[in-house]
Amino acid sequence: MSLAETQQTTARHIPDRLTTPLARTLKSWESLLLLVAIGIFILNSFASPYFLNAWNLSDATFNFTEKAMIAFAMALLIISGEIDLSVASIIALASTAMGLVMQAGFGTPAIVATGLVTGLLCGAFNGVLVTRLGLPSIVVTIGTMSLFRGISYIVLGDGAFRGYPSDFAWFGQGYVFWVITVELTIFAILAVIYGIVLHKTNFGRAVYAIGNNATAATFSGIRVERVKFILFLLTGLMSGLASVCLTSRLGSTRPSIASGMELEVVTMVVLGGVSILGGSGSIPGVVIAAFVMGLVTFGLGLLNVPGIVMSIVVGALLIGVIALPRIYQNLRRK
Amino acid sequence: MTLLKSREAILVGAILLLLALVASRFPGFVTPSNLVAVFTDTAPLIILALGQMVVILTRSIDLSVAANLALTGMVCALINVAFPGVPVPVLVALALGLGALMGAINGFLVWKLTIPPIVVTLGTMTIFRGIIFLLTNGSWVNSHQMSSAFKAFPRENILGLPLLGWIAVIVTLILGLVMSRTTLGRAFFAVGGNPHAAVYTGINVGRTQFLAFVISGMLAGLTGYLWVARYAVAYVDIAGGFELDVVAACVIGGISIAGGVATVAGAVLGALFLGIIKNALPVIDVSPFWQLAISGAAIIIAVTFNSRAGRSKGRVILKSAEHAQ
Repeated sequence: MSLAETQQTTARHIPDRLTTPLARTLKSWESLLLLVAIGIFILNSFASPYFLNAWNLSDATFNFTEKAMIAFAMALLIISGEIDLSVASIIALASTAMGLVMQAGFGTPAIVATGLVTGLLCGAFNGVLVTRLGLPSIVVTIGTMSLFRGISYIVLGDGAFRGYPSDFAWFGQGYVFWVITVELTIFAILAVIYGIVLHKTNFGRAVYAIGNNATAATFSGIRVERVKFILFLLTGLMSGLASVCLTSRLGSTRPSIASGMELEVVTMVVLGGVSILGGSGSIPGVVIAAFVMGLVTFGLGLLNVPGIVMSIVVGALLIGVIALPRIYQNLRRK
Repeated sequence: MTLLKSREAILVGAILLLLALVASRFPGFVTPSNLVAVFTDTAPLIILALGQMVVILTRSIDLSVAANLALTGMVCALINVAFPGVPVPVLVALALGLGALMGAINGFLVWKLTIPPIVVTLGTMTIFRGIIFLLTNGSWVNSHQMSSAFKAFPRENILGLPLLGWIAVIVTLILGLVMSRTTLGRAFFAVGGNPHAAVYTGINVGRTQFLAFVISGMLAGLTGYLWVARYAVAYVDIAGGFELDVVAACVIGGISIAGGVATVAGAVLGALFLGIIKNALPVIDVSPFWQLAISGAAIIIAVTFNSRAGRSKGRVILKSAEHAQ
């Protein structure tokens, strides 16, 4: 049931994964996804006359930039065989902490630092519980999901923090150049950094190695627990960063902020071709998945589809994306 | 086995201590009538925790129970509004069936497509809730629209305990029998304890997990009708986030999230522990906004405690094995 468990039972399938045509399917997953993205883009431009407008498209990027920031770190975490379901609650807690600092009269630098540090601390808390105490990450983060958001509710109740300083709005509402938002720029920079870290460094190799076989990774000299702890730290930090952007964009903090976002982040990662069982996946896949999800939600929004119906689409995407390759595989076996 | 027994003893002790603490300041909390009220209030959590126990026992997890509850409850309410003449037993049967169907969808995806249960139920959780919105367009079904027989059923008082409480007792007894006296019960333990060994003993692991999801879904559906009838209102967000309380109750009850270890008594006691805390908070004048954080902290503390207990047990076995050699 926990990821590690499932991984052990399915570990025997890995060799035939490499030889069956599924490997090729997975290899072309990114290109398939890119085709889907282009298809949705064309459909959208037919569906609504308001779609093909630089400013509207720039607004559309807000649908995925904050989630994608977390999705990069989450991709690494899931590849390593763990998961963090508390990310949306970390956003809530970090946003609440920023609100408290803002009320105490501190300026933007202190507010931003508070958001990032809170995220880091939450990630460290998850990381310690998982790596030091050896608890399954799914249960730990289901627990901290309630705990972190619960603390926000204790602080805020049914109230809200408002009145962030005007220069704080830059993160979520500012533009770097023409229609290129600050958030989109952060997203692009992070995409490059995470791509290099995962695909070009020893650390990235270690993440794959752990996800495929943690025991073998240990025996080849990888400090498994430390790598996992760093990944939890990173996920927390990215959630803190997303919290800064989201709080800045909304201009207020409520304890219900970003609720349900963990699902969308996990969906984005899985849609990007990362195996939920760990061991495989790529950053380019996650980047394209972010665009696909952003385009889908924006297109549905232009067609006046309510948010909860979009969540059906997200839920169906999550299951469908994992189910389809398996159905395909089953059919091929017969 | 003695460890498991002592685990439940610890929980009973903790519950008694909790009651004593509250009673020391507010003696009214432990009067029989209030204890009955607390038990009845906790009944939905007990029923759901028992279903979740079976699922967790087979190394899975069902996060869609609250959404299943809400959807079934809404369907029952809508049927009651459209056809007020439909008798309650038919509605109960329908709730059980609809809940079981949703559980079967989860189970099917886990069994036939081997998708990790966490992913399946995260997905179906949002899909089920979304369907409620599609059915109702976000509108509520209110008390005055429901027939009085519909609302009266869970409140029916038998021997001083409302029917809702009795249903929790009955479900506990039935599951107690299933887990300890049937081959299906043994199969749940076998699949959770060691799936590979279970295969060699002729147990179909996927099918057993499927049945666990059906049981969990069926109980969620039953709770759906009871919940809507008791609170006399149905809307999209009822029991939102309740799945976390259900998992928390199981974890507190000593059910190992890694599968293979669970007791019916543990699930019931875990649910009662959370239920008493929830009911005691307003009495001792703590804001209900603490509830979420307390559930979260309880999950983390309980799972830490469980893993410690499991670990020391493992060491003891190893030591005795070494001595034997």
